[in-house]
Amino acid sequence: MNESMNFSLITSEIFLLCALCVIMIVDLFQRDKERVLTFTLTQASLIVLFVLGFNSLGAERIISFDGHWVTDELATVLKLSIYAITFLALFYARSFISHRNLMRGEYYLLTLFSVLGMMIMVSANSFLVVYLGLELLSLSLYALVALQRDSSVASESAVKYFVMGGLASGFILYGVSLIYGATGSLLIADVAKHFSENSIGLVGQFGLVFIVIGLSFKFGAVPFHMWLPDIYHGAPSSITAFIASVPKIAAFGMTMRLLSEAFGQSISQWASMILIVALLSVILGNVIAVSQNNLKRLLAYSAIAHIGYFLLGVVPGTQESFSAAMYYIIVYALMTLAGFGIVIFMSSENKEYQKVTDLRGLGRYHPWYALLFSIVMISMAGIPPFIGFWPKLEIFRNLIINGYVVEAIVAIAFSVVGLFYYLRVVKEMYFAEAVDAPEISSSRSLKIAISVNCLLLLFLGLLPDSIYQYCLTAFNLMG
Amino acid sequence: MIGLTDYLILSAILFSISIAGIIINRKNVITLLMCIELMLLAVNTNFIAFAHYLEDTAGQVFVFFILTVAAAEAAIGLAIIVVLFRNRATIDVEQLNQLKG
Repeated sequence: MNESMNFSLITSEIFLLCALCVIMIVDLFQRDKERVLTFTLTQASLIVLFVLGFNSLGAERIISFDGHWVTDELATVLKLSIYAITFLALFYARSFISHRNLMRGEYYLLTLFSVLGMMIMVSANSFLVVYLGLELLSLSLYALVALQRDSSVASESAVKYFVMGGLASGFILYGVSLIYGATGSLLIADVAKHFSENSIGLVGQFGLVFIVIGLSFKFGAVPFHMWLPDIYHGAPSSITAFIASVPKIAAFGMTMRLLSEAFGQSISQWASMILIVALLSVILGNVIAVSQNNLKRLLAYSAIAHIGYFLLGVVPGTQESFSAAMYYIIVYALMTLAGFGIVIFMSSENKEYQKVTDLRGLGRYHPWYALLFSIVMISMAGIPPFIGFWPKLEIFRNLIINGYVVEAIVAIAFSVVGLFYYLRVVKEMYFAEAVDAPEISSSRSLKIAISVNCLLLLFLGLLPDSIYQYCLTAFNLMG
Repeated sequence: MIGLTDYLILSAILFSISIAGIIINRKNVITLLMCIELMLLAVNTNFIAFAHYLEDTAGQVFVFFILTVAAAEAAIGLAIIVVLFRNRATIDVEQLNQLKG
């Protein structure tokens, strides 16, 4: 269906923009150091967005605003997961930022602005709208990383993030300009139509290469990964937890719109490029993570490896494999949030938690949290019955039935390498001699949030269909 | 007569210069900012050339959006550089080495 100016289709975006303006003004008049009202309003608007999105589940695909905007099941499901994970991430951040002089209204505003950018990205149906959503997201994230003004590492990582993000946007834009020249249109539907009737040509091929490179930069896939560990390490932990998890979901949406919808006819052209990038990420990410002693850097390299697995899901190019990749990215976001949640949880008022060895003695003195953290690590390693196992299984199954047997074997072999460093964290918690008990000084809301998040990994793992069926409906694979 | 190809070559050269600038530059973070702007200008040249060649205004409209976003990006970039300078008293690229491992 094609409707030109139907503003009811962008209710969520308009609502969030209005909520942002209200929160911005309300925050100006607050004397409260803890920003309770700003926090409550932010979380309330996320809940309202979730309800709005949940009600529009199952609606038909509508293209509106002269082809620039699309509302379909894929966009709705991705948006729902974006809201839910942002909601959890803000709970994590609460006590962490109040101890570090970061408790300012801007924290919540920038988070919401980046959510708005992500919503625009996943619903975009033209290159122009994709670009605007992407920039709204990136610009908010640069500012978020630099928010800790008195920290020299945070400002260094902000500079690196800014330069690398600018470079990635430049690559994507250059690719888009070439595609515009080759097809004469900015609309994804027109581009797809053009390439189904004509061959891709030299200019189109160049454009495709630039877009793939830009996307790999944004994902932090090898060989465009060098910025990622520095930024995850240098940024304040609560912000790392956010930028490592939620924007990847939106980037998945963008990948689907750009690669699978616009270049659906030339899958063979981009699949081979993505395959190389994905395999390199799996191999390098897992191998380098083995030698890391800093938990944030370890999680950053494990994130690179996870992105590799996720990209392997995109490679076969069937609707089923896309839904497996979507399942993987949502589960990845949930697990990474829990992983950096550990870092936030173990940081006390004046100490930033850093080393893996700081977890020593946790199993003996705080058995509940040691158990929860083991769930996170084992789930990331991909061992049943935790949630991390099921999407990996789907990805490998799709690789094998589409004839990528060798690639699947390599990926599985390196996921065994991955097991080593995840289990090392568990080993430190339970089996290493502790000098003294690690202190836990986090607030109650954080304790509840991390317990909920870790137990979700277990319960969703016991009910693997719960998320997967939404991913299947997003690609019209259910009834 | 300047044809479409000439414009495309010009923008490809500008783009390469900006990439080379980002990779080679070891001195000043401001130069990195200028390289990113140059990259966006190369893209703009491409868009304008194609829009003129295709006789389609969408490309020119895109350029306005890019210019606006580039202005916002420059503002945020400069703000980040100010923060960096306050913490380090230098904006030397080679000094950006506290994070590694």
